[in-house]
Parts: sequence; structure tokens; C-alpha cells
Amino acid sequence: MADSTDQTPDQAPLETPLGRLHRSLGGRMVPFAGYAMPVQYPAGIMAEHLHCRSAAALFDVSHMGQAELLGDGAAAALERLTPADVQGLKPGRQRYGLLTTMAGGIFDDFMVANLGDRLFLVVNASRKEQDFALIEAALPAGVRLHRLPDRALLALQGPQAVATLAPLAPDLAKLSFLGMAETSIAGTPALVSRSGYTGEDGYEISLPAERAEAFARSLLDLPGVAPAGLGARDSLRLEAGLCLYGNDIDETTSPVEAGLTWTIGKRRRMEGNFPGAERVREELANGPRRLRIGLRPEGRQPARGHTPIHAPGGEAIGEITSGGFGPSLGGPMAMGYVARPQAADGTALELMVRGKALPARVAPLPFIPHRYAR
Amino acid sequence: MSEMKFTRDHEWVRLDGDAATIGITDHAQNALGDVVFVDLPEIGREVAAGEACAVVESVKAASDIYAPVGGRIVEVNSALAEDPSLVNREPIGEGWFFKLEPRDPAEAAGLMDEAAYHAFVESEA
Repeated sequence: MADSTDQTPDQAPLETPLGRLHRSLGGRMVPFAGYAMPVQYPAGIMAEHLHCRSAAALFDVSHMGQAELLGDGAAAALERLTPADVQGLKPGRQRYGLLTTMAGGIFDDFMVANLGDRLFLVVNASRKEQDFALIEAALPAGVRLHRLPDRALLALQGPQAVATLAPLAPDLAKLSFLGMAETSIAGTPALVSRSGYTGEDGYEISLPAERAEAFARSLLDLPGVAPAGLGARDSLRLEAGLCLYGNDIDETTSPVEAGLTWTIGKRRRMEGNFPGAERVREELANGPRRLRIGLRPEGRQPARGHTPIHAPGGEAIGEITSGGFGPSLGGPMAMGYVARPQAADGTALELMVRGKALPARVAPLPFIPHRYAR
Repeated sequence: MSEMKFTRDHEWVRLDGDAATIGITDHAQNALGDVVFVDLPEIGREVAAGEACAVVESVKAASDIYAPVGGRIVEVNSALAEDPSLVNREPIGEGWFFKLEPRDPAEAAGLMDEAAYHAFVESEA
């Protein structure tokens, strides 16, 4: 038995503020983006995934990069690096966006919130150093990036998440999807958004690192809350059709190819003043060469990332970027890119798994409908 | 009279007269997590000891399974197609993978017995 997908770390992995908690819960720690993270707890990925879809799951996402952007003109400064409409973001609102490259690729994806007196950013763990360096290099005088390495980030996700947290923080139930508020939960100061990466309702909670373990334990003591690791986080986001940076989007994929044109603000598209605007404009006008699609393989066999996608009996037309088994879907699922003529829902394709052609069909995303609190 | 031997890759092999039954250990299924699919070899295929000849897919990843001894595949566990979780529930029973006719039954002599395998797992932990 040999695992074909685990990566070897270059150096000793970093710890999040919850490292001790993960180990005391029996978490199986693996290296991820330079951190030791729990891939699963004793319940296992399948049970943790299904628990998130039926009740509430607690994830440690403290490895992600958090920062504030302060000063007059912070939103305009960030817009130099992203096609997202940051200036139009109202106080108390959060938005998903992309940092783009001059060539029209995706440098990273991120969340930005308007906290009234400043912007709050969350970026990918694997990209945070590059992102923060890129942002700092683009800032005019008077705008400052303040990194927040001393904050933890927890995600409480699932249909019971809001009701479960309500006794500790009654005002949070009033937050709408992608709303963000500074509040206090059972005496702990927290920055909370109604968002997540599972397709379920729930919160992401930023709080001081030194309060994180006690706070996480108090959440785990609430009825119906169970810990979930990176394995379930990955199968949940894939069922929800959400991209993983480095797999489904990277510097070679454009926002249009990735089906993320909706992250480009209308004003921004008109102005065309963001990195890579030329490629975006060209692809919107003429159609991109390839498109990100969902795939349902026939039968039960999963097809993993980097599996070649062929036209039936024919040539390679693309590649899977994320693939696995959907516990809620009850079958295999994948995302990938194919040439535009083959991207229509229902198109029959073949996945070359270990030299054998596995029949599959293009399927609409998400695989499992989102249940956000709109 | 059957005898069970173990590999460093966490396969088990049960030698029963002319047939060898192969599966993965309880330690292996626990490390893999929920098994969702097993890709089994073609019947009649000749495999060498140490050759990758099956793949077990968990929610998370795909892992190769190696033939503990060389020989010809004579049977595969078709029950795994319907219920791959048998590998998790009964790894050394109903969750077996395939049977082969060993080319050289003496090959198994170099594998670990149960006590040696348990010591090996302990040493890896």
C-alpha cells in the first residue's frame, strides 16, 4: 500500500494555535501549505463530511492569511490588483475576488470585507507571502497593509451552525450571507462573517490566537458540533463546486476560463483597469479556449487531479484539476478544464484512469446545491 | 492448513494449498480511511512479487496494492464492486482483494508472520 498523493514537506511544518487541540482530539496531522493540519479526526472524512451537511462542523483554517488594509484610498489601491469591485463594497459586507496577473491568470483568490474604517482580507495559506508582498508593493503613500499572524480563523459550517451559536451570540443570527460584523462571542472578541467553503450556511470567525483553543473547545461542547479536518473540507468544497487555488485555478487559468467572470465588478469590466484586463476582454468577446466544468464519472471509480480528459475514442481535450468521491453525492465527482466545444452539460467524455477509459459526463456545478442564508 | 503472512506495504496473504488470498491489513484500512472503490486486476494476469496490481481508492486518495508473491490471478472479490466498505469492516475477511496461484510458494517464506508484522507496525508509529 503506497499513498500516491501525499506530499513531503521541505521543512518542519508550522503549527496553528489549535495544534494541541487537534492532537488531543485524535486528529491525523499532515503537512499542508507549510502547516501541520488535521486531515481527519477518528470519525473519518466520510462521517465528518456528512455531519457538516446535517448538523455543524468546526474547521481550523488558521493557516490562511489574514490582514487589514488601512488608510484613505485602501479600496482603490486593492483594485489595482483585482477586477473585483472593492470600492463598491458596503460597510459590513464581504466579497469573493481574484488577484489577477498582467497576463490575465489568477494570482490568488481571496475574501475582502469592508469593516467601515478598514478592509479585512483572507487569502490562501499557500499564497499568503506572495499575496502580501504583491499588495504591499502596489500601495500608495497613506495606505498600509497590516498582517494579522496572531489571529486564528475558525469555520463553523452546516445547517445547524447558526442556531447552535445563537445562545452565545444572539446578534449573529441577523447577519445575512456575506455579512461581516465585529462582535463578542461568550466574552471573546471576534470578527465574524456569514460565509464558508462548504456550500452550507455558517460562519467564519477570526479571533485572537491566544483565545482560540478555549473558544474552539467551547464550540465543540455545543450540542451537534463535531470537528472536521482538511479531508472533509476538500470533499465538501468540491461537491459545492468551489475552486481550490493551485488545483482548479492558478496563474495559467483566466477568470473567464474558470467561470469566475461573476467576480468581476460591472464597473471594473467597463473600466478595464485591472491586471490582465486585455485577456479577460478578449475571452469575453470571443469565448475562452477552454472552460472549467464539472464531471460525473460513471460507476463508483473516482478520477483524481491530472487525469487526462479525452473526447470519446479520441484525443485529449483537457485535464481534471480536482477529483474524488462525494460522500453526499454518493458517487465520484471531478472538476477540470476542457476545450469549449466539449464543455456543454451532458457531453459524454472519457477519463484516462491508469490507462483505461472511464466514461463520464459533463455535469452542472455545484454537485450539491448551496444552502446559503440569502 | 492455512498460513497468513504480511508485507511491509501492509498487505496480507493467506496461503491455502495452491491458492494465495490477498488483502490489506486492519492497520492499512484504518490509515486509508473510508474505501469507496477498489480497482482489481484482470483474471489470468501474471504478476511478479512486489508488482502493483490493484488500487484502493479512499475519499482522499488512491493507493497501490502490491502482489506479496508472484503468480497468476485466478479470482477477484466481486463483492467489493457493490460494497467497497467491506475493506474497512472486514479487512482480513470478506474484504479480501484477489486470489492468485503462486509461481513459487517458497516466496512467501520471506514475508513477516503476524508477530513480526505487529512489531513492524509498532516500529513505524
